[in-house]
Amino acid sequence: MNILVCVKQVPDTNEIKIDPETNTLVRDGVPSIVNTFDGYALEAAARIKDNAPDTKIVVLSMGPAQAEAALRECLAIAADKAYLLTDRAFGGSDTLATSYILSQAIRKVEDTEGKFDMIFCGKQAIDGDTAQVGPEIAEHLGYPQVTYALEVQEAAADQLKVLREAEDGKQVVGVGYPCLVTFTKPSFDPRFPTIKRKMAARKAVIEQITAADLADIDLGRAGLKGSPTKVKRTFVPPRKKSGMMITGETPEECAGKLYEALNGAHII
Amino acid sequence: MEAKTKDLWVFVETKEDGSAKNVGIELLSPGRTIADKQGGALVALVVGCGVDQAVEEAATHGADKVVVVDSEEFKEYSTDAYAAALTTLIEKYGPASVLIGATPNGRDLGPRVSCRLNTGLTADCTGLDVDDETGCVCWTRPAFGGNLMAVIMCPDHRPQMGTVRPGVFKKPAASGQKAEIVHEDFHFPAEDIRTKLLENIQEAADELVDLEGADIIVSGGRGVGGPEGFKVLQELCDALGATLGCSRAAVDAGWISHSHQVGQTGKTVGPKLYIACGISGAIQHLAGMSSSDYIVAINKDADAPIFGVADYGIVGNLFDVVPALTAEIKKRKA
Repeated sequence: MNILVCVKQVPDTNEIKIDPETNTLVRDGVPSIVNTFDGYALEAAARIKDNAPDTKIVVLSMGPAQAEAALRECLAIAADKAYLLTDRAFGGSDTLATSYILSQAIRKVEDTEGKFDMIFCGKQAIDGDTAQVGPEIAEHLGYPQVTYALEVQEAAADQLKVLREAEDGKQVVGVGYPCLVTFTKPSFDPRFPTIKRKMAARKAVIEQITAADLADIDLGRAGLKGSPTKVKRTFVPPRKKSGMMITGETPEECAGKLYEALNGAHII
Repeated sequence: MEAKTKDLWVFVETKEDGSAKNVGIELLSPGRTIADKQGGALVALVVGCGVDQAVEEAATHGADKVVVVDSEEFKEYSTDAYAAALTTLIEKYGPASVLIGATPNGRDLGPRVSCRLNTGLTADCTGLDVDDETGCVCWTRPAFGGNLMAVIMCPDHRPQMGTVRPGVFKKPAASGQKAEIVHEDFHFPAEDIRTKLLENIQEAADELVDLEGADIIVSGGRGVGGPEGFKVLQELCDALGATLGCSRAAVDAGWISHSHQVGQTGKTVGPKLYIACGISGAIQHLAGMSSSDYIVAINKDADAPIFGVADYGIVGNLFDVVPALTAEIKKRKA
């Protein structure tokens, strides 16, 4: 099997703070990580490879030069080869433009790596939270998609069996190749890199792809200019005015007062 | 594509029994406001199999027109068939704007449709408005795990599309007016559906957790201390008719299943009342529950961030306060 995993380097949203003076995000000093959900996608690919060792896992990331660090981490965990898609012309892309550029790059990478049977993505990135880039890549490529996957049950010769989260339970879905799957949090923890793989990843060559390498790309569909959606403004969500603290001598007294308050406001 | 009209479309997702999912009817509220400001009609698009009930709900809750696709191949949701139906009808009628509920299916479908139409889609919106200057829809959505809100516009592409979070808008009241109903004879060859549902694993009734539809949620975090601790919360749930939720910390510790999890990697909820017990209030958790109407926080740590979003707070041990509250409710109800 030939698997491509798309990954994004994101700021660790656990570490993001709001500057109380300017009411803006403080991103300085915030560590960059591999998007959590992309890690689950990589783990799913690694598990297929555990069963079928001749599987190849290629990772692709679009981002600035620093995103190389995220790709090296993927190499340390499970990937065999990494590509960084980077160009100023790609900056400011919304999900439609991003997915267009990625779909063009996937075709380019396939010239070297062969056609991918599966393209795995995280369900969403933890910074943008749109969950749109995966399905949009599938649309650009004309592939079927399975979203909210928990794990791959079987990568059979004729179809991929995926366990996915549905609204009122779980589903097992079968899909032929090539296909695109987006992953959410599985019931198991993804593996850690070994020391040996970490060392190798440090020295690995990361192939760079720029706009000039993509012969068929229409740059009018890339970057800020090629993005139909525009950010008009951003703001920090207003904090609720502090609510009422309920105090009392005993828990029973507190509970009684809380009940009165909720009942008085017709909440219960 | 070019918009042929100033109309606003709401995609009304249907349930297996042919009724409408709540969010589709909810979206008729902001849909009406936007359609009026843009000078267009409010159109509901109902897709499914045996969906008379959903059509009736949409027709009596403020839609001017209901466009219906009712056919066997839409009985269960599939990306391929639904994306084809939406794209074809949007191209045929040319609405200016399209709203889709940000349910799992809505978020699977939306990007397929917007991408095929080569237009913009704004994800998981919590606020909708119309820009006075341009007349474009202003889509407000959270990003960075809820740390930042962004207002997005789609100035030059049509239709303007967005998925909208369930529970944010209230259903409009049923009106005496009845919408025009248009049946579209649209079919999608079943053999062209490239995903096959092999098995449906319904959660057992006692494991079925409907957090999104809950009026009251009692939720526990690290402070609950272990699986036994959730029994105390379950008793409060039983007294209130509430649904049991939890934070990621409790799932990671293995105390409760992921299906109860509220937050960025769990469910996004908007109940009337959210009672957070022993939850510190990490931003990822707040992202999933801060649109609740009322929030109560019970926590030992007076500095816990959860108190910053709470309407009512009690600093104390949840194992003292929660049973006392359960007893109080039982006493009052008796």
